[in-house]
Amino acid sequence: MSTDVMAIQTAQISTRPWTQILHEWVITVDHKLLGILYILYALVFLVVAGSEAMIMRIQLMYPHDHFVSPQVFNRMFTMHGTTMVFFVGIPMLFGFANYLVPLMIGARDMAFPRLNAFSFWLTALAGFLLYFSFLGGSGLYGAGNAPDVGWWAYAPLTARAFSPGHSTDYWTIALLVSGFGSIGTAINIIATILCMRCPGMKLSRMPLLAWLNLVVSGMVLIAVTPLSAAQIMLCLDRYLGGHFFDTQAGGSATLWMHFFWIFGHPEVYILILPAFAFVSEIVPVFSRKPIFGYPVMVGATLCIGFLSMSVWAHHMFTIGMSSYANSFFTLTTLAVGIPTGIKIFNWLGTMWGGKIQFKTPMLFCIAFLFQFLIAGLTGIMLGSAAFNWQLTGSYFVVAHFHYTLVGGFLFAVFAAFYYWYPKITGRMLNEGFGKLHFWLFFIGFHLTFDLMHIPGMLGMPRRIYTYEPGRGWDLWNLLVTVGAFVQAIATLAFVANLIVSYFKGAKSGNDPWDAWTLEWSVSSPPPAYNFALIPTVVSRRPLWDLKHPEDPDSRYE
Amino acid sequence: MSSITTPFPETPAVWKLPYRGKVGMACLIIAESAIFTIFVVAYLYYVGKSLAGPTPRDVLEPPIFYTICLLSSSLTIHFAAKLLGRGKRGAFLGLWFLTIVLGALFLYGTGQEWHRLIYERGFTISTNLFGTTYYSLVGLHGSHVVVGLFMLTIVLLFGLAGRVGPEQSARVEVLSLYWHFVDAVWVVVFTVVYILGR
Repeated sequence: MSTDVMAIQTAQISTRPWTQILHEWVITVDHKLLGILYILYALVFLVVAGSEAMIMRIQLMYPHDHFVSPQVFNRMFTMHGTTMVFFVGIPMLFGFANYLVPLMIGARDMAFPRLNAFSFWLTALAGFLLYFSFLGGSGLYGAGNAPDVGWWAYAPLTARAFSPGHSTDYWTIALLVSGFGSIGTAINIIATILCMRCPGMKLSRMPLLAWLNLVVSGMVLIAVTPLSAAQIMLCLDRYLGGHFFDTQAGGSATLWMHFFWIFGHPEVYILILPAFAFVSEIVPVFSRKPIFGYPVMVGATLCIGFLSMSVWAHHMFTIGMSSYANSFFTLTTLAVGIPTGIKIFNWLGTMWGGKIQFKTPMLFCIAFLFQFLIAGLTGIMLGSAAFNWQLTGSYFVVAHFHYTLVGGFLFAVFAAFYYWYPKITGRMLNEGFGKLHFWLFFIGFHLTFDLMHIPGMLGMPRRIYTYEPGRGWDLWNLLVTVGAFVQAIATLAFVANLIVSYFKGAKSGNDPWDAWTLEWSVSSPPPAYNFALIPTVVSRRPLWDLKHPEDPDSRYE
Repeated sequence: MSSITTPFPETPAVWKLPYRGKVGMACLIIAESAIFTIFVVAYLYYVGKSLAGPTPRDVLEPPIFYTICLLSSSLTIHFAAKLLGRGKRGAFLGLWFLTIVLGALFLYGTGQEWHRLIYERGFTISTNLFGTTYYSLVGLHGSHVVVGLFMLTIVLLFGLAGRVGPEQSARVEVLSLYWHFVDAVWVVVFTVVYILGR
């Protein structure tokens, strides 16, 4: 009976005029539609910021290349960094959180659906503002003046004297607005998880994805707000003649650095913890075993969240802090390796002895494990002050954080796409295309970011628009650019897969992976109300209990 | 499909979760506290670092009376919300109105102080570091008072129209949480600006 109802609904949808469909998407307060909007928005900006990266890589392919001017190069790395962090990373994680958290905890929607829509449209407006700077940065007649202060926007580069026009103002306002959007969504996710769980869904039974998003949202509350505060100060400086970061009136450029990195470092954990969340859901399903060490995983997450608030100044070892400060921030930074290591061992423990199925989501997760391990190791290298003094501001640092954000975050996001696409659209992503995407991206990633460490160690500074030949950097830069092209082609294969499979993909049914969390108990795509009857759970794997009533999990928990 | 949706175990007898409004407001307060912390840190970091006068001691007078107004409004809103929970609408409206009056008085006090500083002393946000940090910290708090008063007034208008009853008391409690936060922040700002910073 229910399939008939769905068929009728589909027929109705397909006959409606497109304006009505668009109107529905604009006014929606449904967490699933908003989640999809967030994800699509992040994908668009992923392509935009990826193109900016390609422009930089083409410019650096040969010494003395003239593909773009130094000014354009500065704008490209500023826009690339800002876009990737604020308009790809954050919307991507909020998109998946929005879509999945209510389904996983057995709720019909988020705690505040209208706040949810408001937060998304704030984020959307912020991205628009940032890119409008290409037109409005110097007024309409001075087109082509995006911000060029780097994504850290260190003072005094942002002072009126050094950034005339409005490009820096667009950057400031965009980040302020997107920050408010992030805070709104973080409040919403916390309230949803604490107040909307279905009966029996104790905190100790929640899927790890919900747990990690709870921690991430808590971190957003206290890490994104310092950036908002600093942006307000910067606005006051630029518009009302304040002196917060005006060194000529006694203000401090260092204070901006502190405020920025108090946000900036927790931010990378805000991005990587959702990646951990995806891996923690996907690895057990494709290893056919429950997650190993659930309480320890939760504890390690809380520990990472706590430690991440006390490591920010490892970005500032070279500004001349006291040796006590250097030691403190070295120790806290190295300490983050402990809970992160616990997580890696637990994922390995989950796979150990399991019947591993090498489907595309699992391939991305396995690559994630090894790549994130290496990224963590270079992170520990850079976390010790003495080593950092040698390599800070070099391509070694660029290689390190791209290893975490591409090799870690992006690989996990790809895994999430392959894993939850069937739930979101009702159709499977093509497995052959998926494997092609994986291997191409894997090869391109390693070509680019493994080799990028080397010119860094040979002394190539970041943010230079060209370099002299004969310093031993030439070959490495060429290979890095070739790798970037391979990644771009792989991403095209991914986008093609997303589009083609939406129309031609095999029907997925409710539960294509034989998984255990609540989102797989409803139809794909889920109905607007999610659950006809609010479920009740008695263990961490409610669908396992349902499928194996003779041997339920609740017996062992 | 249908085989999988129905047979979940039975609902446990007791399943109580916190009220989402309260949790949401608590989160907002945490986030706002972080913003205020950054502004307070900036204020303390720049105390005594201005390259030119005037100094806080030259121009600032602790606004004791208006501080008492604001802090006592926390009491009135607390009792107002309590009375609403017991269904005493008239008393609720009276105390609620008193809260707004006290908040507005505080705002008037800040306005008067700023007027004196700007028009009599020529002291503005761009005069020196003290001006920058003083106006932004006190102004940030003042803007929260404005937002609070705006929301309190909305409730008052609904109350006068007879639309606020005991069934809304949970929401009113949430709003009073925000107002308590605004008052608590003033304690910090007052201490930093008028005691430590002087």
